[in-house]
Amino acid sequence: MAYSDKVVDHYNNPRNVGSFGKETPGVGTGLVGAPECGDVMKLQIRVNLDTGVIEDAKFKTFGCGSAIASSSLATEWLKGKTVDEAAKIKNTDIVNELRLPPVKIHCSVLAEDAIRAALADYRDRYADKLDGAGAPVASA
Amino acid sequence: MALKFPIFMDAQSTTPCDPRVVEAMLPYFTEKFGHPASRNHPFGWEAEGAVDAARQRIASLLGARDPKELVFTSGGTEAINLALKGAAEMYREKGNHIVTTMIEQRAGLDTCKRLERQGFEVTYVPVRPSGLVDVDDVGRAITDRTILVSVMFANNEIGTLQDVAAIGKLAKARGVIFHTDATQAVGKVPVDVEAMGIDLLSCTAHLMYGPKGVGALYVRRRGPRVRLQPMLDGGGHERGMRSGTLPVPLIVGFGRAAELCAEGMPEEGARLARLRDRLQDMILSRVDEAFLNGDPARRLPHNLNISFAYVEGESVLMGLNKETALASGSACTSATLEPSYVIAALGASTELAHSSIRFSLHRFNTEEEVEFVGKRTIEVIGRLRDMSPLYELAKEGVDLKSIRWKAE
Repeated sequence: MAYSDKVVDHYNNPRNVGSFGKETPGVGTGLVGAPECGDVMKLQIRVNLDTGVIEDAKFKTFGCGSAIASSSLATEWLKGKTVDEAAKIKNTDIVNELRLPPVKIHCSVLAEDAIRAALADYRDRYADKLDGAGAPVASA
Repeated sequence: MALKFPIFMDAQSTTPCDPRVVEAMLPYFTEKFGHPASRNHPFGWEAEGAVDAARQRIASLLGARDPKELVFTSGGTEAINLALKGAAEMYREKGNHIVTTMIEQRAGLDTCKRLERQGFEVTYVPVRPSGLVDVDDVGRAITDRTILVSVMFANNEIGTLQDVAAIGKLAKARGVIFHTDATQAVGKVPVDVEAMGIDLLSCTAHLMYGPKGVGALYVRRRGPRVRLQPMLDGGGHERGMRSGTLPVPLIVGFGRAAELCAEGMPEEGARLARLRDRLQDMILSRVDEAFLNGDPARRLPHNLNISFAYVEGESVLMGLNKETALASGSACTSATLEPSYVIAALGASTELAHSSIRFSLHRFNTEEEVEFVGKRTIEVIGRLRDMSPLYELAKEGVDLKSIRWKAE
């Protein structure tokens, strides 16, 4: 199977590979997939607790080139978005951007799952500081 | 010598034609185009003579007593289909049970699956962690209803060489026909249908530096005389077992390829084993948690299969594919989207099946190519592990099995 130029580019120059330190504030982590299925994605967001904006995102992926590209692209898109905006990223956006063939759609689904898992983890951790939608509660 | 890219190290998928093979074939496309079954003019005689000479060369490579024991087919898949279906139908009155292994190539397994749907019973004998079939397991699987034992000579992924002679002896003692899929072995390691007690043997030209589109099934004529129900109806060519006009240029190429393999086998095998061992040592000495798949000793000389923990096979191939052609057992590289059933049959974790890489060398690979591929493989594995959440967790001391993975 030939890969699209965008997949090749993300594979060769993955954006935002890495992990945040355990003590970094505002971090939400998603770990999705399973080793026996051949793909595991770890996606992390670092949210500014004052503004609710995702200031940084990082990933590590065990999986095929399309899985690596999908998660790399996801981190690019997450940066600068608010938590609410981030929740609107759809796997089909990733499919279209990377021109993934049908057999690789599950890679984009996994990336969407990873985004949701990271957002959920962020909300869990910082629930006391957030209103219902995940935005920070204005202090009186 | 300057390296030429891309480097081909996927010789268990196919091999390039040896230029000497192409040279032998060329006249048979144009001036020597006759039909070998045209018995009444020189064009036919010339074509028949060429086919007979090729048949003789292939028979000699297999240790067959009589060149007539060879039936030309379109390749390995057809030879295997004809062997299994042809014998099953022919001997149906005698019994309905077939014994094979879990690691046969798809042509063998899928043919058995179809026969099962038609009322045959098939026992799939497992293999040891080395990929070797326990001959006693084969013996125990044979019943008084067994008509056929089919065990591959050499595995296409891990190169493991089965104890074919022992299985042949066993089959003979139990009065059961023995087929071996030798598509990966013929021309590479010694094969002797007489000494090894083989009744049916499948082989193909394109894995031994011959052309694609032609293969052969060896069908024993004496002790016992094996009969097969043909799959194709037509002119009754190939002793009635395979109708269809013989592809004379391909057969001539197959014959020449067999001759070249026979001439150079000991030297070529030793050279490729040396290169393979160099590649293996380079990689295993410098990459941690890299596991050799298959039997280290009983193995095709040109095969190397390694699972690299924490990285997925397709991503490894993608990192190398501008420069090097390799194969992987990962789901993403298979037509079925399932990880390698061969690596899984060794008892390894499914994750390691996704992580397996096959390096298969050929006649034209050089030492420089091996050095390059080894070095680049090590680099790519390192890069992908830096990107792998599993590697990170493992390095932190987390037992990956303790994590409750959320699969899709």
